[in-house]
Amino acid sequence: MAELRLIDAINQALHEEMERDERVLVLGEDVGRKGGVFGATEGLYDRFGGERVIDTPLAESSIVGVAIGMAANGLLPVAEIQFADFIFPAMNQILSEAARMRYRSNGAFGCPLVIRAPYGGGVHGALYHSQSVEAFFAHIPGLKVVVPYHPGDAKGLLKASIRDPDPVLFFEHKKLYRMVRGEVPEGDYIVPLGKAAIRREGKDLSVFAYGLMLHEALVAAEEVAKEGIDAEVVDLRTLRPLDKETLLASVRKTNRALIVYEDNGFLGYGAELAAILAEEAFFDLDAPIMRVTGPEVPAVPYAPPLERWFMPDARRIAEAMRRLAQY
Amino acid sequence: MESKEARGVREIESRHQALGLAGEHLLEMYYYMALARALDERMWVLQRAGKVPFVISGQGHEGAQAGVMYAIDRDLDWFVPYYRSVCAVLMKGMTPRELMLSLFAKAEDPSSGGRQMPGHYGHPRYKILSTSSPVGTQYPHAVGIAYAAKVRKTGEICVVSIGDGGTSQGDWHEALNFASIHRCPVVFVVENNGYAISVPQELQMAVRDIAVRAQGYGIPGYTVDGSDVLAVYAVAKEAVERARRGEGPSLVECKVVRLTAHSSDDRQEKYRPVEELEAIRSVDPLVVFRHYLERAGIMDEAKYTEIHTRIREEVDDATTYAELAPYPDPLTATRHVYFEENGE
Repeated sequence: MAELRLIDAINQALHEEMERDERVLVLGEDVGRKGGVFGATEGLYDRFGGERVIDTPLAESSIVGVAIGMAANGLLPVAEIQFADFIFPAMNQILSEAARMRYRSNGAFGCPLVIRAPYGGGVHGALYHSQSVEAFFAHIPGLKVVVPYHPGDAKGLLKASIRDPDPVLFFEHKKLYRMVRGEVPEGDYIVPLGKAAIRREGKDLSVFAYGLMLHEALVAAEEVAKEGIDAEVVDLRTLRPLDKETLLASVRKTNRALIVYEDNGFLGYGAELAAILAEEAFFDLDAPIMRVTGPEVPAVPYAPPLERWFMPDARRIAEAMRRLAQY
Repeated sequence: MESKEARGVREIESRHQALGLAGEHLLEMYYYMALARALDERMWVLQRAGKVPFVISGQGHEGAQAGVMYAIDRDLDWFVPYYRSVCAVLMKGMTPRELMLSLFAKAEDPSSGGRQMPGHYGHPRYKILSTSSPVGTQYPHAVGIAYAAKVRKTGEICVVSIGDGGTSQGDWHEALNFASIHRCPVVFVVENNGYAISVPQELQMAVRDIAVRAQGYGIPGYTVDGSDVLAVYAVAKEAVERARRGEGPSLVECKVVRLTAHSSDDRQEKYRPVEELEAIRSVDPLVVFRHYLERAGIMDEAKYTEIHTRIREEVDDATTYAELAPYPDPLTATRHVYFEENGE
């Protein structure tokens, strides 16, 4: 099995799906000749040509809107939004159209569409190249939201998303693209949507995270392990539909919950996790639910000390783990 | 020596014959226009009588819609409608019963099973894409459908409709831009009735003819009198043939009149002068076309009565059927959020 980076796993999944099914096509800004600004679509243009690998005009609403039409007429489009920060012009198409196509037509029309977008901070991207936007989309019934951490997952989840009959938002943390390597099974490897993964088993407390924060949580767990705190680290992988069973089972085992997300805390994705735990696992909790999140500012600032101030990291997560373990 | 009247008939006949249309074709177009109008009027009556909460429709737009839809292959091609497309969706295959089921929001409504407001058409069997309420979003969808038709070599083209207000949306521009770059087989129709609810065209745009914008995308643009069915047909045919040949999209602007208020929640006397409302009656496409058919000797009093008797029966049947049909069960309201393995 090959050890690949996240970006390579995504590229491989795209190659394999386009090879396997001629209905699959890729569209977005710079995805063709350039192979994407991060290289996710590298090689696709040469292999499959400009008709299936479309360099679109710089207009996000029509990238998604045109993809919705393609999906209605028999294609399986994978749209790339160059940075998650630029997805908002397409919000109306995603929310009012893609998410509601099946519901509003009473099941008559579907919208098999994947929207890939690099998200997240820690890469000197400042206010408009660093955002975590998952909460906006995870809020919407009709959408599925996936955030891979492990390169193997990135391949398996992307393939599952492309084959899914409903619209999937696929957020890739851009700092993870080339940061860690992981085993990526060759060939037709699928990771089903809606299943969390326990990355580290533990008995003292549960940490729930996804994307880059999952990596930071794993580092933090090893750190506090030296002090005798045995943390369980749960990789949510799919934010909608949420794997509630794994979430609840982990808390019933450890009786302590720490939720980590990079987005600012107020009404972020983890707020819903906290609500579910409060509603359904209240009597299993030995301590208040804790969160480590980004601060309440509109976006990630640029200057290195400011960016470091913004980003939740292993050190902060470890501190929270200690507080939670001692509660 | 030929009488003046006979010469007039001959001139008129040559107009539709030059387009390859026979009398029976014109009667079919007329039938759909009159059916759309009768259904539409009934819907307003039902709303005013308190039987349904809302109506939005297309009185005055029927000529433009009939001319465009007659130019496409109604079995093969796609249509992406908007809320005034009453006549167009009927021509594409939807039945009076289906439209009335949607008005009454009944379970059997094929557009949405009673989930959407009336006027939000959609029907996979007739290749009518489901539509929403935000204006303009349908334009990129039509481009995607047309792009897929091109890639999959299905031979289909796609027609999409919108009003003049919708052309102010970014999606409208983005769609024309994308489609013209990739020469997508799509016909962009604008039914310009001069008003976006109450906002007149001069406050919507600084151009008189929307079709001039086609130049900005490097595609042909046509402005045509939407009350003249044959003129619309001629232009639409050209646009459809161009799309079919793989030469790309066209923009067809039909100048139409809005005979009713925007919707049943609007009162257009508040913002349109009385003289204007009286004047537009004279270019009612149904009146204009009836006059043409009579002068061309295609429709006489007997034919007219026959057509309208049939239509009245159909509208009555549709009304009764839809009124008696059951509402959707609230237990079904959670269905079809996502694909269902065993869904219908």
